[in-house]
Amino acid sequence: MRYEAPETLDAAVGLLAGESGQARVLAGGTDVLVQIHTDRADPDLIVDIKKITELRDIADEDGAWRFGAAVTGKEMMDNAAFNAAWPGVMDGVRLIGSVQVRGRATVGGNLCNASPAADSVPPMIAARAIATVIGPDGRREVPVEDIVTGPGKTSLGKGEFVVSFQLPKRPPNSGDAYLRFTPRTEMDIAVVGCAVNLTLDDAGTCTDARVALGAVAARALVVDDAAKALIGTKVDDAAMEALAAAASAACSPIDDKRGTIEYRTEVAGVLAQRAAAIALERAKS
Amino acid sequence: MGKAPSPFATKIPYEKKDLKIVGSNPTSRGDAVDKVTGRARYASDITLPGQLIGRVLRSPHARANILSIDISAAEALPGVKAVVTRDDFPDMAVEHAASGELMVNFRDVTRNMMARENVLYDGHPVAAVAATSDAIARAALKLIKVDYEVLPHVIDVRDAMKPDAPILHEDQFTKGVEPKPTKPSNIAARLESKLGDIEKGFAEADIIIEREFNTKPVHQGYIEPQASVANYTEGGLAEVWTGTQGHFVFRAQIAKLLEMDLSKVKVIPTELGGGFGGKNNVYLEPLAVMLSKKGKRPVKMVMDRDEVFRATGPTSGTNVKVKMGCTKAGRITAAQAELNYQSGAYAGSSLPLATITVFTRYDLENVSVVGHDVTTNRPKVAAYRAPGAPMVAFGVETVVDEMARECGIDPIDFRLLNAAKEGTQTHFGPKLGPIGYIQTLERAKAHAHMKEKLGPNQGRGIATGFWFTLGAETSATVNVGEDGTATLIFGTVDVTGGSRSAFAMIVAEELGIPFEKVRTMSGDTSALGFNFMTAGSRGTAAGSMAAVTATRKAIARMCEIAARKWEVEPDQVVWEDGMARPAGANVGDFAPMSVVELAKEAAWFGGTIAGHAEINVAQGGPGFGTHIVDVEVDRRTGAVKILRYTLIQDAGKAVYPEFIEGQFQGGAVQGIGTALNEEYIYNDKGVLENAGFLDYRIPVASDVPFINTEIVEVPNPDHPYGVRGIGEVPIIPPLPAIANAIHDAIGIRMRDHPMSPPKVLKALKDRMIEDAAAQGTAAE
Amino acid sequence: MAKQHVTTTVNGDAVELLCDPTQTLLDVLRDELDMKGTKEGCGTGDCGACSVVLDDVLVCSCLVLGVEANGKSVETIEGMAEGEDLHPLQRKFIDHIALQCGICTPGLLIASKALLEENPDPTESEIRYWLAGNLCRCTGYHKIIEAVQDAAAEMRGN
Repeated sequence: MRYEAPETLDAAVGLLAGESGQARVLAGGTDVLVQIHTDRADPDLIVDIKKITELRDIADEDGAWRFGAAVTGKEMMDNAAFNAAWPGVMDGVRLIGSVQVRGRATVGGNLCNASPAADSVPPMIAARAIATVIGPDGRREVPVEDIVTGPGKTSLGKGEFVVSFQLPKRPPNSGDAYLRFTPRTEMDIAVVGCAVNLTLDDAGTCTDARVALGAVAARALVVDDAAKALIGTKVDDAAMEALAAAASAACSPIDDKRGTIEYRTEVAGVLAQRAAAIALERAKS
Repeated sequence: MGKAPSPFATKIPYEKKDLKIVGSNPTSRGDAVDKVTGRARYASDITLPGQLIGRVLRSPHARANILSIDISAAEALPGVKAVVTRDDFPDMAVEHAASGELMVNFRDVTRNMMARENVLYDGHPVAAVAATSDAIARAALKLIKVDYEVLPHVIDVRDAMKPDAPILHEDQFTKGVEPKPTKPSNIAARLESKLGDIEKGFAEADIIIEREFNTKPVHQGYIEPQASVANYTEGGLAEVWTGTQGHFVFRAQIAKLLEMDLSKVKVIPTELGGGFGGKNNVYLEPLAVMLSKKGKRPVKMVMDRDEVFRATGPTSGTNVKVKMGCTKAGRITAAQAELNYQSGAYAGSSLPLATITVFTRYDLENVSVVGHDVTTNRPKVAAYRAPGAPMVAFGVETVVDEMARECGIDPIDFRLLNAAKEGTQTHFGPKLGPIGYIQTLERAKAHAHMKEKLGPNQGRGIATGFWFTLGAETSATVNVGEDGTATLIFGTVDVTGGSRSAFAMIVAEELGIPFEKVRTMSGDTSALGFNFMTAGSRGTAAGSMAAVTATRKAIARMCEIAARKWEVEPDQVVWEDGMARPAGANVGDFAPMSVVELAKEAAWFGGTIAGHAEINVAQGGPGFGTHIVDVEVDRRTGAVKILRYTLIQDAGKAVYPEFIEGQFQGGAVQGIGTALNEEYIYNDKGVLENAGFLDYRIPVASDVPFINTEIVEVPNPDHPYGVRGIGEVPIIPPLPAIANAIHDAIGIRMRDHPMSPPKVLKALKDRMIEDAAAQGTAAE
Repeated sequence: MAKQHVTTTVNGDAVELLCDPTQTLLDVLRDELDMKGTKEGCGTGDCGACSVVLDDVLVCSCLVLGVEANGKSVETIEGMAEGEDLHPLQRKFIDHIALQCGICTPGLLIASKALLEENPDPTESEIRYWLAGNLCRCTGYHKIIEAVQDAAAEMRGN
C-alpha cells in the first residue's frame, strides 16, 4: 500500500485516476482504516486529501454555507455560526461515533462510505445540500441524495471525489432537526434516523418541508409524502399522524443485527414526529 | 463446581478485634501509579528480543469436517518461521480437571485450542503461524488451504436438544440418565438436585406460577484482548508471559497439552486487563509455546477483538423453566426448575453452579432442580462473573416478584418471609452458616431510594442474588527485610488491582507496621507452590488467609529471635501491637522489640525472617445482595433507561471499602449491560455477526447513572478477618431487577433476554393487540 | 512496501522514523517507539483505549495512519505526569479508585484531560457523553465520573 498526501486537487485527481490497482480516498479514516484492519479493504493506494485547502474550509457565502468534504466533525462543532444556521445538520454530525471519532471523521467520508445508517446524511439531504465533485473530467454538482447508490456504493466515477458541500440560504422561520434511534446513548449505529427541515410563514403554516430517513433502506431516502403531510398545515396532531404514516410507509428495511423490519418501520414514524417537533420549535425561535 | 471441598481444608476462626488498617481506605494502591502513567505491563506490552509474531487461522464455518490442511505455501513465504496444526499436538484422552469454577476435559481442551477432526464453531482455530512481522503472519494465514466438508449446525440450546438436531459429537451419550442411552445426544449431562417432596409442596400452595425464560450468550467483554508471549529454548524449557486468572493452572494445562514436565514450564502472570472468568482458560498459550519451539525464537500472540468474541468463552445461552408455589400468606411451599444450558462446542457449562445457586436465597422445604448441559456450535463457554447465576436469577426472581404481587405483599417483605438465614438447609447439601441476606433486604427497605417518587412509564424493581466463595490451594510468602519492611509474594492473581492492597493492609495489621511498609507482589509459578485459579470470588478471601498464615509464621520466627536474644523460651514471647514482648512478668523484664529492631538482629539469632503458607482454604463465606432499580420505558421506541440504581451486599468484612464499592458498581453495570443490550447474534450460517464493540453493546458512560452502594458486614466465621468473596454477587440481580422494574413501569413481564428496544416495543404492541381484542370481545 | 520517512513530535520530543504506510499511529507508538502506555482494545475505534492527542485533537490512534503524524505533535499517557508529579487527573483517578484492571485508564485519562481543556467545569452528563468513547468494563464508570469532577474542581482552583 502506498500513501500519498497531495496538496492540490489536480494532484489528487491525477493520483486516483492514474492508479491501476485499488485506490481509496482517506479523509478522517474512521471507516477506511477500520475496513483495512478487519480485512474488508486492501487498497494499493491511499490518497490523503486533508492537505488540500479547499477541502478544509468552512465559509458563510451570503447566508449559504460551503464546507470542505474533509472538515472534521469537531471543526464543524466548533463553528458557532454554522451550528446556529444548521442545527439539524449538526444533530447528525454530533452523533457520529465518539469524541475521538469526531476529531477525525468528516461529512464527506460519512457520505462516501455509503452506509445507509450514516448520521450526517439524512439531515444533509433534508437541507438540500449539493456536493461538488471533482474528477478527471472536471467539476460537477450533485445533490447529496444522488451520491450514494446502495450499501458501500456511490455514483462517483474512477478518480472522482467530493470536494465540498453547499447548503442553500434558508428563508426566515426555518428549522431542521435530526434524530436517530440507537440502543446505546452513544457509540452506536443508527437503527433508524430521521431528518426534518421545514419553513413556516408568519402565520405558522408550514410552507416548505423536506424529510429524509436513514437506515430503513439500501440508502438514505427522501420521503416526499412525509413532507407533503406537513406542508400547508400548522404541524398539528393530524399532520404529525400523517407524517408518521408516510415515514413508516416509505421504509423498506432489512432484518439485521441492528434491528428488525417491523421495528425500523414503526420507529421511523416515531422519530419523524419527534424530529418534526424539534424542527418546528427551531423554526419558531 | 470446579473443586470438591477438601476435608483437610484450612479455616482460621474469625476474631473480633480493634483494627488500625483493615477497613480503612489507603491513600495509594500498589498498582495504581503504574496504571495511571502507562507503565503497568500487560501481556501485549511484553517484547522479547528477536520475537516473532504469531497469528491463528480460524474456521469460517460453524461446523465442518477438516478433510485436509495444506500449509506448504505458508511455510514457503519468506519471513514465516513456523506453522502449526493439529499434527503438532498430541491427542489427549478423556481427563477432567478444574479450571476455575468450571471443569475442563483435556480431550476437549486440546481440540478447542486447535481443531483436530472437525471445526465446531465460527472462529475455531485450525492453524497458527509465526513470522517476522504481523503483516507477514497475516499474509501467511491466507496461504493455508483447508479443505472443509461443511455440515449442518445448531446454535440455539432448545434446537440442539431436539431429537432431530445435528449431533456435534457422535460419541457423546447423555450422562446422568439410567439406563445409559444408546443414541448419541447433544445433551452431555443431566443433573438433578432435590430436597423434600416437590409434589407435596405444590399441593400445599395456594398460588402456583410457572414461567419459561430464554437468555442469549453474553461475553465477559474485558477490554484487553488475550495476549501471550512464549519463549521455548533448546534446553526444553518454556517461559510464558500471559494475562491469566491462574498462572499455576495454566502451567499445568500447557504442560499437559504439550507433554512437558511441570517443572520445565514457567508462567509469569502479567498485569491483567480484565478477566471476569474469561481468562480462566488457555487459548493462545500452548500455540505460542509450540510456535516458539518450531520457530526457535520467542513468539508473541495477541488476539484481534473479533477473535476474542468469536473464539473465547462467552456464557451459556439458556432456556430456564421455573415453577414455584406459595401460600396466600406468602410462604413459598415448592420451588422447581429445569435449566437447559448450552456449553458451546464441548461439554461443561456453568450448569452445576446454576443448579446450586438457583433457589439459594430462600429457606425452602421442597425443591426440585433438573438441568441439562447441551453442546452447540458456538465457542466453548467460559466462566463469567457468577457463572450461570444471572440467568436462573432472571427466572426465579421474576417469578418471586409475580408471587409477591399475587399475594399483595411488598416484594421485599415477601423475600423477608422466605429468606435464607443461618441454619437454612440448602437443596444441594450444606446448611448455611451466618449470612447477611436478611440484613441486605432490611437495609434496602429502609433505603432513601425506596422513597423516590416515580413518574409515568417509570417503575421500580427488586431482585436478590447469592454466590459462594471458593477456597482451594493458596500459597504465599512473607519476607521481612533487613530494614523491617515486608514483602508479600502472593500466588493468586490480582484481577482488579484491589487484592494487592487488601493483602498489604492485612499483613500490615498482623505485623503492626504501617501500610506503606508492606509491598505485595505477584509471584510467578517458580516463586511459590501451586495456587488455584483466581475464580469464585476467592482472590482476596483465600489469598488473605494465606497471607495471614505466612505472616503469623514470620511473627513466630520473630518471637523466636526475641527469645534467643532474651535467652528465654519462644513460648515466653508474645506478639502484640507490632512488638515482641515478654509473655508475662515472670519471664523477665525486657524492652519490647519492634519489627525493625528484630530485623536488625535476625542474622545473628537464626537468619532471615520469612513465613510461608501452602494451604487449602476451606470453601465458605457465601455472599448475598439486594438490588433496587428504577427504570423509565419509552413506550414508542421500547427503550429502557436506568434512572436510579442501589445495591446492598454483605462483604463479611470490607478490608478496602471503597474498592469494594467499585467492584459492586462494576458488577451492577455489567449486569445492566446483560439485561438491556448485550447478546451474541448469529446468522443462519452460524457465523457470529456482532464480533466487535460497536455491535456487541457493552454499556458506555452515558448509558448508566451513579450506582449507590451499601456494604453490610456479617463476618465469615472461618476467616480471621471475617472476609467473604464479593466479586460475583453484584452481577446476578440486575437482569431480574430490571425485568421487574419494566413490569412495574408498563405492566409487561419480559422473559426473553436481552430486554432490548425491539423486544420491549414488540411486547407493548402485542399487548395493545390483545387489549384491543379483549375490548372487541367485551363489546360483542 | 516502501517505508516512508516520518518526522513527528511525541510528548515534546522530536522523533524520526521509517514507517510502513499500513501501520497505524498506535502501531508506531507501541511497536516502533516502544511506548506501551497507549493500549489496544479493539483496533476499530470502538473502545478508546488507544486515545492520544494529535495536534490538540483527541483521536483514537488506531484510526490514524502513522504516516499522518508527519509534521504533527502527539501527546500520550507517557507525557502526562511531570516527573514524579502526577497530573491532577492521575491523582484523582487513584484517590477515587477510578481504575481497577487499568487497561482503559491511559485512554480515559487522555480523554478526560482533553475534556477539561475544552470545558473546565463539565456537568455529570457532559462528562458521561464525552467519555462515551472510552469503554471501561470494571468500574461501571461511577468513580471515573467522580474523579473527573474532583480533578476539574481542583484545576479550577476550588
